[in-house]
Amino acid sequence: MSVEVMLSLLFQGFFVSLLIFFVTLLGSLPLGVLVALARMSSFKPLAVITRVYISVMRGTPLMLQILAIFFGPFFILGVSLSTEWKIIACLIAFVINYAAYFGEIYRSGIQSIPQGQWEAAEVLGYTKSQTFMRVILPQVIKRIVPSLANEVITLVKDTSLAFVIGIAELMSQAKALSASQASMIPFVMAGLMYWLFNMIVETLLNKLEIKLDYYHE
Amino acid sequence: MNNSQAIVELKNASKSFGEHTILKNISLTVKPGEVVALIGPSGSGKSTLLRILTLLETMDKGNLLYDQQEIAREDAQGRTIYNKQNLSFAKSKFGLVFQNFNLFPHLSALQNITDPLKLVAKKSGEEALAIAQEMLAKMNLEDKANLYPWQLSGGQKQRLAIARALAMRPEILYFDEPTSALDPLLTQEVLRVMKGLAEENLTMLIVTHEMAFARMVADRVIFMQDGEIVEAGSAEDIFERAQDERTKNFLAFTS
Repeated sequence: MSVEVMLSLLFQGFFVSLLIFFVTLLGSLPLGVLVALARMSSFKPLAVITRVYISVMRGTPLMLQILAIFFGPFFILGVSLSTEWKIIACLIAFVINYAAYFGEIYRSGIQSIPQGQWEAAEVLGYTKSQTFMRVILPQVIKRIVPSLANEVITLVKDTSLAFVIGIAELMSQAKALSASQASMIPFVMAGLMYWLFNMIVETLLNKLEIKLDYYHE
Repeated sequence: MNNSQAIVELKNASKSFGEHTILKNISLTVKPGEVVALIGPSGSGKSTLLRILTLLETMDKGNLLYDQQEIAREDAQGRTIYNKQNLSFAKSKFGLVFQNFNLFPHLSALQNITDPLKLVAKKSGEEALAIAQEMLAKMNLEDKANLYPWQLSGGQKQRLAIARALAMRPEILYFDEPTSALDPLLTQEVLRVMKGLAEENLTMLIVTHEMAFARMVADRVIFMQDGEIVEAGSAEDIFERAQDERTKNFLAFTS
């Protein structure tokens, strides 16, 4: 097998990994805000349910969550699993898992904003949601970029867990190629792809951090 | 509106936190154009009183009116119920200047003023800009419009906070120890601005430890201790002819 063919198969896998990566961020970054708000809700049942949800998401392996969501409909409801369900189940698992982590990061950020910011906005007549969107959240984002960066970089690598339900992402492709070619090269190439992509992610997040550095407390 | 009608009227307000009684049966009325200084030792309940007037805190008992509109009323059981429909009406009547400024650090000086104008007062972008520039000029901050709060001195920050509050055209402006976070020089800078506002007949209620200032600008001085209004009267009444021993003691220590 030529290097070109090998690379093209790895790139096919890499695009699937990218799909998982971007859909997860798009879903879990906003969902995490809701998780944080639910977790801090004064309506106790909601706060408790959210706590349990976060605890389960963080306390069990993501691999197990992917398997549970993928096979759940079959074992629980007896529904036969379609081919599309595979990627959908995988994306659901990633989004709800990462929303739990992001939710906790947002929460720590929200709680670090001084009470005086809420009070100043309240006295000026801001509604609660205006205060949150215009005053609190922009300051929260600046404070949590370093913690978010950690999770985002972890996510790049976690996309490889999709292989457990047979999604042809980068890691599955590399493993299949390595077996069929009896070669280490596909693993090295896959490793380089993850690493290079994470360097881009790091650079962009650093840029964001610098961009948000226009003000201090 | 009849000009002699009170802007704010607080009747028989009481507040406790657990076992601890903070305010006991406080009544207070402020009329248009009045400058009221609220003085007293730390822990006397001045700040809690101000937080009740600005709706940052609820009272356990008592009635509150802004421009004759009922904001909170004691029901037959003696509990105070807030009228949710009137809260934003009340907030449009007052402004508050905090001890720690509480400016929005992620917004420029100009945006600190235009944001509430657009969001709350529903002004257009141009209107908001015009008002903000006017307020910055009034506070001698016109050359600071594009700076962020962290780039301003303490005195400038407090003047910006005053500009932000004034831009909303409050009928009464509350000050919560506005110079307590400032050094003496910056204190004078902010007090000068506040004196200017008093001369423009802006209605103000000022919680302060600056006795000389209170004496100079206040039409009425209220002395509080242990959650009660001990004595109230003109600046001369309080500073020269105080009747109560507690007032005399406090002034002896602070003047």
